Amino acid sequence: MEIDPFIFRLSIFILSIFVGYYVVWSVTPSLHTPLMSVTNAISSVIIVGAIIAALAGSKQSIFEISNIFGFFAIILAAVNIFGGFLVTQRMLQMYKKKKK
Amino acid sequence: MSANLSALFYLISGILFILALRGLSSPETSRQGNYFGIAGMTISIIVTFLSVGNFGPGFIYVLIFLLIGGSIGAIIAFKIPMTAMPELVAGFHSLVGLAAVFVAISAFLKPDAFGLGIVGNIKLASLIEMSLGAAIGAITFSGSIIAFLKLRGIMSGAPITFKGQHFINLLLGLAIIFLIYYLCVNQLSNIFWSIVLISFIVGVLLIIPIGGADMPVVISMLNSYSGWAAAGIGFTLENTALIITGALVGSSGAILSYIMCKGMNRSFFNVILGGWGATDQKTTSGSKEQKPVKSGNADDAAFLMKNASSVIIVPGYGMAVAQAQHALREMVDALKKNGVKVSYAIHPVAGRMPGHMNVLLAEANVPYDEVFELEEINNDFANCDVAYVIGANDVTNPVAKSDPKSPIYGMPVLDVEKSKSVLFVKRSLSPGYAGIDNDLFYRDNTLMLFADAKKMTEEIVKSL
Repeated sequence: MEIDPFIFRLSIFILSIFVGYYVVWSVTPSLHTPLMSVTNAISSVIIVGAIIAALAGSKQSIFEISNIFGFFAIILAAVNIFGGFLVTQRMLQMYKKKKK
Repeated sequence: MSANLSALFYLISGILFILALRGLSSPETSRQGNYFGIAGMTISIIVTFLSVGNFGPGFIYVLIFLLIGGSIGAIIAFKIPMTAMPELVAGFHSLVGLAAVFVAISAFLKPDAFGLGIVGNIKLASLIEMSLGAAIGAITFSGSIIAFLKLRGIMSGAPITFKGQHFINLLLGLAIIFLIYYLCVNQLSNIFWSIVLISFIVGVLLIIPIGGADMPVVISMLNSYSGWAAAGIGFTLENTALIITGALVGSSGAILSYIMCKGMNRSFFNVILGGWGATDQKTTSGSKEQKPVKSGNADDAAFLMKNASSVIIVPGYGMAVAQAQHALREMVDALKKNGVKVSYAIHPVAGRMPGHMNVLLAEANVPYDEVFELEEINNDFANCDVAYVIGANDVTNPVAKSDPKSPIYGMPVLDVEKSKSVLFVKRSLSPGYAGIDNDLFYRDNTLMLFADAKKMTEEIVKSL
């Protein structure tokens, strides 16, 4: 009997929750703010869906309503990607050890 | 690009995202971790372009919109002051939420482009996944907007409560579930729009009853929601990178909410169901004024600290409001020149988001190995000469340890009162967020410094 691919995706999902659980507990509390901004940046990988939505359909009609929602989603996700990673970088740059 | 090959690349992206979070276990590895994250994102985007394979005029538009969004994001990232970090994160969460809603709408309007069936006959599983993704995304969006407005001060931070609030939330929640079921049966677009609309309303109603100092929990919770929304869309698009990321972000936010709730000794539901001090406004102010309070000026404080051998600084949200972190660093530099040992004590819920104080101190060039968490430093107060409390209040209240009737009883607090003397910078004797009086004000070893946190610290620097 064949296994539905959904089950595989569900397995990946559940295993990732466990990975996330252990990885996040090992994050040092002083970096909790960068943790929030970087998780925010990586969750913008939703841009993958936005690109598919924007490029869907024939080559003549690129501005159907569903494409337009895709384009908007691209802008929103792009703000997050660049903003999220850059602000994280800016914060992490500030964490310095004592000069001896 | 074949579907199998792109799936493998998405898996690589997912692993790079895991490494990005793993890097945050210490400040040394964190910068490298961020590069892993950027690499994962770049791979995902390129693979998507290659697998869609549509390099017509639409592709140019995609690039243009990508650059527009990217430039806006970059400008924000460079311009934003560090004190505005909580509202920035809340704002960014709202964008993820809205993007999830838009992608779900697009998938609903044109399912064939995503391989999910045709309009009016979308695969059942996909329909559930996309409507869940849209609902959670919409809640994340409107909830984050409210959180943003409250943090920015555009909306009052006070909890907004009304009768039957929780009942209405419950009703709307049930309505969403019922509508999703109904959508699966007849696939009408009006029902889909209703789900999105109701979810927007739920997001607003969920956040308005939560007060300012509970914001660390709210931001973490919305962080978590944005992850679950991404995962929902990931299932719809059958995309591994999105599923892995959604799960990571979802559990990360959930853990942070848990840590924040524990820092206040409150349950998650207690926080979500409405603010502290919102219900009992009647503070018995009569008896308190009779209690004697010792107050001093900058010279007294400078004298005390100069002659101390160790000083512990306890920063709180007030330091962020007054932007006093730079002045504070100067004060500490001056003290160090006098041979005083200085360290910083951070309570888990100090500030408006997890790790808020640490970022501000890092911005002021405070080395991170001088900054300690509550458990690491709490025993040191007993051996310290001066505790300098700047902008913190409830997290230092000894009542949390002694009075079982107090609303904050059982909350872990910093044992500030155990140090030989306490310098408490505050504008007045007004109670903190929890709406209760701080016993610390009236202790014999406490010297109140009534002033703005920044001004007082600057004056101390002068007299040092």
